[in-house]
Amino acid sequence: MQRFSAWSLLKQAFGSHGGWQPQWRRATPKPAYDAIVVGGGGHGLGTAYYLAAEHGLRNIALLEKSWIGGGNTGRNTTILRSNYLFDESARLYDHSLKMWRDLSQVLNYNVMYSPRGVLMLAHSVHDVQVLKRHIHANRCNGVDNEWLSPAEAKAFCPPLNIERNIRYPVMGGALQRRGGTARHDAVAWGYARAADALGVDIIENCEVTGIRRDAGGAIQGVETSLGYIASRKVGVVAAGNSSVVMGMAGVRLPLESFPLQALVSEPVKPVMPCVVMSNSIHAYVSQSDKGELVIGAGTDAYTSYTQRGALHVNMHTLAAICELFPAFRRMRMLRNWGGIVDVSPDRSPIIAKTAVPGLYVNCGWGTGGFKATPGSAHLFAWTMAHDEPHPINAPFTIERFREGLLIDEAAAAAVAH
Amino acid sequence: MLLIHCPYCGDRPELEFSYGGQAHIARPSKPESVTADQWVEFLYLRSNPRGVHAERWRHVRGCARYFNALRDTRTDRFIATYKAGEAPPQQSGSTP
Repeated sequence: MQRFSAWSLLKQAFGSHGGWQPQWRRATPKPAYDAIVVGGGGHGLGTAYYLAAEHGLRNIALLEKSWIGGGNTGRNTTILRSNYLFDESARLYDHSLKMWRDLSQVLNYNVMYSPRGVLMLAHSVHDVQVLKRHIHANRCNGVDNEWLSPAEAKAFCPPLNIERNIRYPVMGGALQRRGGTARHDAVAWGYARAADALGVDIIENCEVTGIRRDAGGAIQGVETSLGYIASRKVGVVAAGNSSVVMGMAGVRLPLESFPLQALVSEPVKPVMPCVVMSNSIHAYVSQSDKGELVIGAGTDAYTSYTQRGALHVNMHTLAAICELFPAFRRMRMLRNWGGIVDVSPDRSPIIAKTAVPGLYVNCGWGTGGFKATPGSAHLFAWTMAHDEPHPINAPFTIERFREGLLIDEAAAAAVAH
Repeated sequence: MLLIHCPYCGDRPELEFSYGGQAHIARPSKPESVTADQWVEFLYLRSNPRGVHAERWRHVRGCARYFNALRDTRTDRFIATYKAGEAPPQQSGSTP
């Protein structure tokens, strides 16, 4: 791997940048691997990287049906935060948020982690109570979160409208200063490059079409569009397609796949200093380093695999943003797109072993998986390597739905998050 | 936005409807004799197919009645809608 540094940039500049090599090999599948990761998004690439970097596995394949980072990793609004209500969630998401801090150094790849603060707005007495409850719960768990009055929110985010004459006036907000954004593509590319350097075969355009099990039920390998590949350890990190892939092994999941949309505006000069979220009126907005406003819309009502959604879903969030940020009313939107998110009944993920020996699953991240990329990958690699969950992801089993031990962030937040 | 054929009212825009999830899931008739695994099946497990999905819709801003639909989740194209209580219509071999 060519390491990136000021010196390497300078050296390449003198060679007209002709000496850069591809950041990962174009691998072709070998007949067998020690471990296979299905799904080349951030969570999957990270899993392959940590299996190699921390657990000493070298003979690993990562299978991606199209190109890496082309699914939800490249389609989300890049918001990072860990201010979840329940202890289990706070531990999981904060494990991840802490890993973002030095991820660029660890991967030698600039993931542009920017802890610019995530401000969640309250618009009703109920919102105020819910957000304050979150703040207290977070502080008990060592997660920073603080209450801002409307004036303090305005001082932190100057374009915010705190006038009382709008339909849902701002009554305050919860600010997590460590929250922020990161560059989503860089996360995929950084993990891919680092995993490749440790010998992981990253195989793009390789769709898993079947999962083969032996007479005892254990995993033998996977059928793919490039032929059969043997492995006794298979980890499925397929996001919206988790139900489809796991169904090939006869495992049913408590998931439904919905389209989730996002959009960006034309690029403008820096105007949004932080991330602003409003769960009640559904607005998610931040500004990318390119200058585009990055706006998250909601999920469509129905399950789908189309990677597109309806315009009225975007209009709903834009109406909220125009109220909260009157200065944005004349801005033009450049692009919108959809991704397919796998939503679990309690809106918490599943990072677990399955009843099938050798088969592991990391899914159910729903509308909020990007923030968890490093932590999720790290814990899932641990689970695959040790054949048992790490204490942090131990509560995030499939069996919790049978045992009634739900981690009900859906009820806690009352919205998709 | 989808154009949805209500079996009672005809073609209407998606905004008039609410989605009711997977169809043909019957609540256990004797809850006291249902095992934990059967509750998981009823409450949480969903088919979530990449293909034809039988699902419930409600024409909430119209006749307010529930009905069922077959829709292909790869294209969002409706194959058929039918009244609640009816069996899903037979599909021809070709996919839409």
